[in-house]
Amino acid sequence: MSAGGGAPQRREGEISFATRRRLFLVSGVVLAALMVWALGGMPGFGDYHGIYGLLLNRVAVPEEHATNVITAVNFDYRGFDTLGEEFILFAAVLGLALILRERRDEEEGPPDDDATGRQVSGASVAVRLITVALVGPTVVLAVYIIGHGAITPGGGFQGGVIAATALLLVYLGGEYVALRRLRPLPLVEITKATGAAAFVLIGVGGLIFGAAFLENFLPKGTPGDVFSAGTMQPLSVAVGLEITGGFVLILSEFLDQTLVLRRRRGARSQ
Amino acid sequence: MTVLQIVALALVAAGAPAVVAARDPLRQALMASFYGLLLGVLFFTFAAPDVALSSIVIGSVALPTIILLALAKIGDKDS
Amino acid sequence: MSFAPYAVAIWIFLVGLYGVVTSHHLVHLVICLSVVQSSTYLLLLGIGYRTNGAASIFVDIPLNTKAVDPVVKALTLTDVVVGATVTALLLALAVQAQKRFGTVDPDELDPLRD
Repeated sequence: MSAGGGAPQRREGEISFATRRRLFLVSGVVLAALMVWALGGMPGFGDYHGIYGLLLNRVAVPEEHATNVITAVNFDYRGFDTLGEEFILFAAVLGLALILRERRDEEEGPPDDDATGRQVSGASVAVRLITVALVGPTVVLAVYIIGHGAITPGGGFQGGVIAATALLLVYLGGEYVALRRLRPLPLVEITKATGAAAFVLIGVGGLIFGAAFLENFLPKGTPGDVFSAGTMQPLSVAVGLEITGGFVLILSEFLDQTLVLRRRRGARSQ
Repeated sequence: MTVLQIVALALVAAGAPAVVAARDPLRQALMASFYGLLLGVLFFTFAAPDVALSSIVIGSVALPTIILLALAKIGDKDS
Repeated sequence: MSFAPYAVAIWIFLVGLYGVVTSHHLVHLVICLSVVQSSTYLLLLGIGYRTNGAASIFVDIPLNTKAVDPVVKALTLTDVVVGATVTALLLALAVQAQKRFGTVDPDELDPLRD
């Protein structure tokens, strides 16, 4: 590791590594001083003055019949922000799929995991047993967390990642071929798009019923029940779908890179 | 501030340089995963259980997976 | 003592930034970037905390217990998940850089070369 020795070939006008590091240390100190000055003027830790938060805590449960105020904020009070975040996720996954697409000098070969000489299903029996046994409970956990998002900690975001974990477990169990069958690419893309679209559609549904976009218009039950809190449940499910689809897409893109795409014989990758 | 919070803050403050200092990307992936767990504990002491849940799930599953997969592709390109 | 969370956030930010600046490997750089992101989560949650406040979930505690701010927690929660996705995008860029240029060392990647 070159500790301050400079890059091997330094181009014209380029700063060497050592200079760069010294420059950073100086400006880092300045930045730290500025940040300390800025944050020093803020109320101390635990001394909270924000009115919005206090109001929400008091008002959310009677209004929305949801006991998890955070989910209420995410899917109702600030549902529009969540929509924006969803689309960041959508765009990032789209960009990733675009970057890692099959290029003209690569071809898709059989799922032969001989990139480093391994076999496809080379996992030991113990690993396969454990992963297969864990897939079921993981899916149940994911559904539980998504469904109960309005009551106990959780919601669509966490549950979606957990559901993607379940599929990852299938891969870890060595069943890459089974995984390909379980997640045919069109199905995954449809899942993700459905999740994103459902979120918007439920919001539009609010418009149709004569209220504001994304307003909570379904009937609310008593707090503490699973199906209370109106639109938050379906919105949570929509988010969960999109995140699961998104992460599985990411995983499969990377997996395809390592296991399937091969350089076409005789072609160079430039 | 409670003792738990102070301890969690200290652990996180020590974990960040550890993640940066691990130059080998493979080792760093594991350090980053552990850092996600430490963050989860810290968020928990700040009375934010769902943020903790988020951090734990991402840090222990999603992040190491994508890092390791990317490394697998980068590593064996020396053909 | 009540400045400690902010101080730790600043410390983490600078440490991660140092890692980004002095990195020799694109994947290492991306991970350090996620460390920088984590400092902002810490800052957000630190702002919204109330001493001895409980979590903003009222399933089994009476409604007027002192609770922490729910808005920053909601923001951080979505941010953690979406941030991981953006990290995945950056890693895809790193993979592509390796394929096109044969190297993942930021010092060797010349932006003007084709």
